[in-house]
Amino acid sequence: MTLPTINRDIGLGLLTVLLLAVVALFFPAFVTPRGLAEVIDDTGILILLALGQMLVLLTRSVDLSVAANLALTGMLVALLNASYPGVGVLPVLLLAPVIGAGLGAFNGVLVWRLGIPSIVVTLGTLSIYRGLVFVVSGGAWVNSNQMSPAFLDTVRMPMLGLSVLSWMAIAGVVLASLFLSRTTAGRNLYAAGDNPSAAAYAGIDVGRSQFLAFTLSGAIAGLCGYLWISRFAVAYTDVAQGFELQVIAACVIGGVSIAGGVGTVAGVVLGALFLGIIKNALPLMGVSPFWQMAISGLVITIAVILNARSDRAPPRRILEEAAA
Amino acid sequence: MSIAVPKESHAERPVPAATGGRRLWRWEILLLLVVAAVFGFNAWASPYFLDPWTLSDLTFNFTEKAIVALPMALLIIAREIDISVAGIIALASVVMGLVAGAGFGTGAIVAAGCLTGLAAGAVNGALVTTFRVPAIVATIGTMSLFRGVAYAVLGDQALRDYPDSFAFFGQGYAWGLISFEMVVFAVLAMLTGVVLHVTVIGRRIKAIGSNPTAAFFSGIRVDRYRFWLFALVGLASGIASILLTSRLGSTRPSIAVGWELEIITMVILGGVSILGGVGSIAGVVLAALLIGLVTFGLGLLNVPGIVMSIVTGGLLIGVIALPILARRLTARGERP
Repeated sequence: MTLPTINRDIGLGLLTVLLLAVVALFFPAFVTPRGLAEVIDDTGILILLALGQMLVLLTRSVDLSVAANLALTGMLVALLNASYPGVGVLPVLLLAPVIGAGLGAFNGVLVWRLGIPSIVVTLGTLSIYRGLVFVVSGGAWVNSNQMSPAFLDTVRMPMLGLSVLSWMAIAGVVLASLFLSRTTAGRNLYAAGDNPSAAAYAGIDVGRSQFLAFTLSGAIAGLCGYLWISRFAVAYTDVAQGFELQVIAACVIGGVSIAGGVGTVAGVVLGALFLGIIKNALPLMGVSPFWQMAISGLVITIAVILNARSDRAPPRRILEEAAA
Repeated sequence: MSIAVPKESHAERPVPAATGGRRLWRWEILLLLVVAAVFGFNAWASPYFLDPWTLSDLTFNFTEKAIVALPMALLIIAREIDISVAGIIALASVVMGLVAGAGFGTGAIVAAGCLTGLAAGAVNGALVTTFRVPAIVATIGTMSLFRGVAYAVLGDQALRDYPDSFAFFGQGYAWGLISFEMVVFAVLAMLTGVVLHVTVIGRRIKAIGSNPTAAFFSGIRVDRYRFWLFALVGLASGIASILLTSRLGSTRPSIAVGWELEIITMVILGGVSILGGVGSIAGVVLAALLIGLVTFGLGLLNVPGIVMSIVTGGLLIGVIALPILARRLTARGERP
């Protein structure tokens, strides 16, 4: 939360506004309230996942398993809904984060209790969780006609001009900033990642902070599992394949340091919106969907170059999170 | 740059990260035992496994990935990482397909594959050394970029204008049952092993991974090493792309999706520390063989590929976690 990070958030904010302005120049419909509401609705899941990932990155770890967690939890609640349509949406809304938290806690325990580097742990659980999606579903799809209308419609229901999904993302942003700025556990995440030794001597259990971060990230991924399945109205094994890298990219563009200890909620939201605006604007401009990956790859690469330049002062510490 | 690890919570490092040759040697013996066990299990579970041709087919199952895993091991030992390797394979395959489509011969196609890989690796190296982007972040970006270019060029099309002589690289046999791919892998493994374990270059790579700052002040051109390691990983990805494209006989933009994780899994399972500084090529070769045996054996039993990923992931975590747990339990037992 030092001055340079705030400056960078403002810089990224200006860049996002500039991007919007350029798009608006050609496609005024994009920046109407309705167009923007669609962008927020489309970016909501990315924002939530990026917030969860930020908690993990702050503690000098990384969670590569979020997309697999999302797919597994999403498939489980979809199967639940298909088998017991009468259960309703509220139990699903509670169950999804709990399942996700369990999967995240498994990562957390391995990092905390066994001291295995997080990149190794989550690389392993990424494969395991993704494979389990296939096992629990038998490789079959759960289609929209198997899901109950309530299960599908709740997330898309409009409320005060925005979808429920968008409001959940906004609530996530508020909760994350309160957690990180007002609670001891949240402040400890910064301390644990910024300097693990100093944090330990200050009485902070670094491993436990990491465990907490992984559990929260897992809970968010689980919730997003339901949101994703309901929004796209289909569950299958390859849901959100590779999405973890977009989530990490949103964090990095938003100024979260991969070396831990640095990052703001505002930055992460802007980073996710930046990617979301590009993703939504490209089809409008008539860009072929096949070009979108290359363009977003180029944008991510340029953004990380600019980002690396703006915090040149500390030495590079790639993978040192693993020391923790 | 190195962090003192707080004793309270993280004194224990995972076994493969343990320093010193003796520990590492034990790690390779453990791997060898697991390999032997899986081999025995496969022979017991499937009557077709012990056929010489089956065993020869088995080698196709891991050699392409293992060829990238070799320089990746050097890169991770030097405390860097490259997530874009599968993207490089796709990009190189597309370039080869275009070159072949333009009517060039096999020699030009192979050269195009190698050069594309080398160039892509150099881009990664430049991002890390010149632009100071952390490797994991830089290669996440270039991963989308490289594969994205492949999608942009091909869309939902495929390239398959390869000349007949090109098929040899991925489908040919060098001698009897020994595939050409296997020979390439064996030669590269020996070369990498010698470079890492016998030459000054290898000592320096380990020194960089153990403590980059100290390595820099002892006169090692750290950034130059990093750059060339990235370029080397790119080149190896180009070579893997030649073998894979030749074996499949066609190029689609989704070629080799997800391979980066399998390749990195091979390296870590092989006992290379993700923290840098420690690792051996023998371990990586054994890990590649192990993953090849496991996935091939499960394939013989008609287990779908996605379920195999559970086994691969479980293997990665289990093989690292179990020795730590075992050591804890024995340490607890020794206490009076």
